[in-house]
Amino acid sequence: MSNTLFISLAVLGILGGVLAVVLYFVAQKFKVEENPLIDEAEACLPGANCGGCGFAGCRALAEACVKQAAEKGNIDGLACPGTDMGKVAAVLGLTAAAFEPKIAVVRCNGSCQNSPSKVHYEGADICAFANTLYAGEGGCSKGCLGLGDCVKKCNFDAIHIDKETGLPVVDPDKCVGCGVCAKNCPRGIIEVRPRGKKDRRVFVCCVNTDKGALVVKNCSVGCIGCQKCLKECPFEAIEMRGNLAYIDPAKCKACGKCVKVCPRGSIHAINFPAPKPEAPALQGAEPVVKPQPKPEPVEVKTEVKPENTVKA
Amino acid sequence: MNPIKTFQKGGVHPEENKLSAHLPIQDFPMPKQIIVPLGQCLGAPADCIVKKGDRVLTGQLIGTAKGFVSANVHSPATGTVTKVDVVMDHTGYYKPAVFIDREDQDEWIEGYIDTDELITDIKLDSKQIIDKVKECGIVGMGGATFPTHVKLMVPEGKKAEYIIINAAECEPYLTCDFRLLLEKTQEFLVGVKILMKAVNTDKGIIGIEENKMEAIELLDKTINEHRDLYKGIEVQPLKTKYPQGGEKQLIKAVTGREVPSGKLPIETGCVVVNVASTYAIYEAVQKNKPLIERIVTVTGKSVKKPGNFRVRFGTPADLLIEAAGGLPEGITDVINGGPMMGKSVSVTNFPCIKGTSGILLMTLNEAQDRRQTNCIRCGRCAMACPMGLQPFLLHKLAKQNNFDETETNHIMDCIECGSCEFTCPANIPLLDYIRYGKAKTGAIIRARNQK
Repeated sequence: MSNTLFISLAVLGILGGVLAVVLYFVAQKFKVEENPLIDEAEACLPGANCGGCGFAGCRALAEACVKQAAEKGNIDGLACPGTDMGKVAAVLGLTAAAFEPKIAVVRCNGSCQNSPSKVHYEGADICAFANTLYAGEGGCSKGCLGLGDCVKKCNFDAIHIDKETGLPVVDPDKCVGCGVCAKNCPRGIIEVRPRGKKDRRVFVCCVNTDKGALVVKNCSVGCIGCQKCLKECPFEAIEMRGNLAYIDPAKCKACGKCVKVCPRGSIHAINFPAPKPEAPALQGAEPVVKPQPKPEPVEVKTEVKPENTVKA
Repeated sequence: MNPIKTFQKGGVHPEENKLSAHLPIQDFPMPKQIIVPLGQCLGAPADCIVKKGDRVLTGQLIGTAKGFVSANVHSPATGTVTKVDVVMDHTGYYKPAVFIDREDQDEWIEGYIDTDELITDIKLDSKQIIDKVKECGIVGMGGATFPTHVKLMVPEGKKAEYIIINAAECEPYLTCDFRLLLEKTQEFLVGVKILMKAVNTDKGIIGIEENKMEAIELLDKTINEHRDLYKGIEVQPLKTKYPQGGEKQLIKAVTGREVPSGKLPIETGCVVVNVASTYAIYEAVQKNKPLIERIVTVTGKSVKKPGNFRVRFGTPADLLIEAAGGLPEGITDVINGGPMMGKSVSVTNFPCIKGTSGILLMTLNEAQDRRQTNCIRCGRCAMACPMGLQPFLLHKLAKQNNFDETETNHIMDCIECGSCEFTCPANIPLLDYIRYGKAKTGAIIRARNQK
């Protein structure tokens, strides 16, 4: 009995020893020379492998950085959306463009309240599929379908559907701005924008390029393309895309003037201090800020009873 | 009568519910304003050639076909164009449409032969017929709205042996083709002759499901009475089984030939045309009448007065529902088309177009998806699939966004008949996922082919 055990151990031990020696020499012979900088650069990246940089993962980005640094002497155009590339650049002995943290922004406010349901959808819960079927429960053909393709694709658990509004909400603490949600939104509602100074940002919370009358029919907060903001903006940061205002984040200084003139409340200002209670007007002085006109309540005609169903 | 034939693979037999089969076709009065969508066919919408304030005659061209797979759109009434705007159509999207304020009297375009008499003499030759079909904007009126002239243009090197008329009407509830066969038998048969002349063949087969025995007998009788006139036309009874009217299934049933995967029916030497389209071709070729009206079945178990209406395009569907006794209590589903292939609409006032074969009203009990449970691997969907696919697998792959695998499992061969979903005991929305997968896979294939 003990003999069998001894023989087995001896045979396996010898076999293991011989193979270890063989492996050692093989490994020496076929060693792949790799730039040690890649490992160093990779260590500076978050390691989440989200793909937001456009490469297969963090290591692929590190490899691309090292390659480009060697070839062109810079790492321009290669950037991890969630990390300062300065560290990577330092490893490679270069300097990187200033890091601008980004965040995903949901540009639709057609919640259950603002764009009430006219029909009820029953079917596969995939936005990309529902998009081929109909305009949406509220009737806006550009608005959020609320089935959460963005939620399913997020690697960081940073976007969720708010049950009350039926719209996705981005968690600013978790979002790294990788843009996976933006790519997977069939209606292009989500945009990755710079977080802005002090985390303050101003954007048009609508993507409907239709004529104003059509927007009003289906949503009480959609952009109607009245161009008031365009005229108000002192920095020419606002442009019209069809019947839709778009705020260029590169030009916007987050002054918030456009927010006040928007008759529909379509422009959202995030992380701004709450408006102060109106200061008593100084004698002889003109009031600086005109009171914001309230958005008129819009009557939405229900063509089909709300319980109606859209099915595949 | 010929022996009954059918396709072999799969198929289901839903309750027939042909509630309006005995009801004659009624002319539906046109409303004051009609809204004619410019996108009435599969493929690109037509280009609008009228503007606000223009007076248009009945049958006048208002939209010209754009691209190869596209069809002309004609004015269904005499009147003034009030605007060219968008309207929410049956797709649930806002689409461009021409709004026409109608005059009481129809003033037809030049060349229209206003007669109810049968014209049997076919004066045009093959090419002229196809041009006429194209000019008159005729599309497949079974619901898919594929432009008919494209079908009739047989590619070089191919030969059309058979004209197969799709009179199966396998969708439950719908009766518009059946009524047309009964009421316009001779016109329809001349239409078949025209089609045979168009593709230069002497064989025409009319495939009808055996639940329409009345039509089979009538057609047989008419053909026998006018032997020399309708030479070469044959009536082929088919088993009542869904989807007997699917193009590929019909070819298989009638000729025993199988359309190869990814190929067109012409590979088997067959050209399949729908009944309503055949009748429209008769009217276009013999009477110079563009496609501006069709028969629409308005039906449903709780509908008070179901009916078959001859409707000019652009008539809002809610008027038809009104004529059928109004929207009954508890209706939750308004379906454009039949219950199997049709699609629920999000507005009831969508304008009727070339593909509107029926308006079906269903209550919650009839239409609601029952509670979905897990797949139990029973394989019923695979048994029911008339294309021999594996819906359970395609559903899973589409759900995982695994579009390489969906392609190798022939998702593009799916005809979206819905037999799998109909038969699924776990109530899984198989077709939803397969359609999603098909759309995605198709986009990937197209992008690849463009490279």
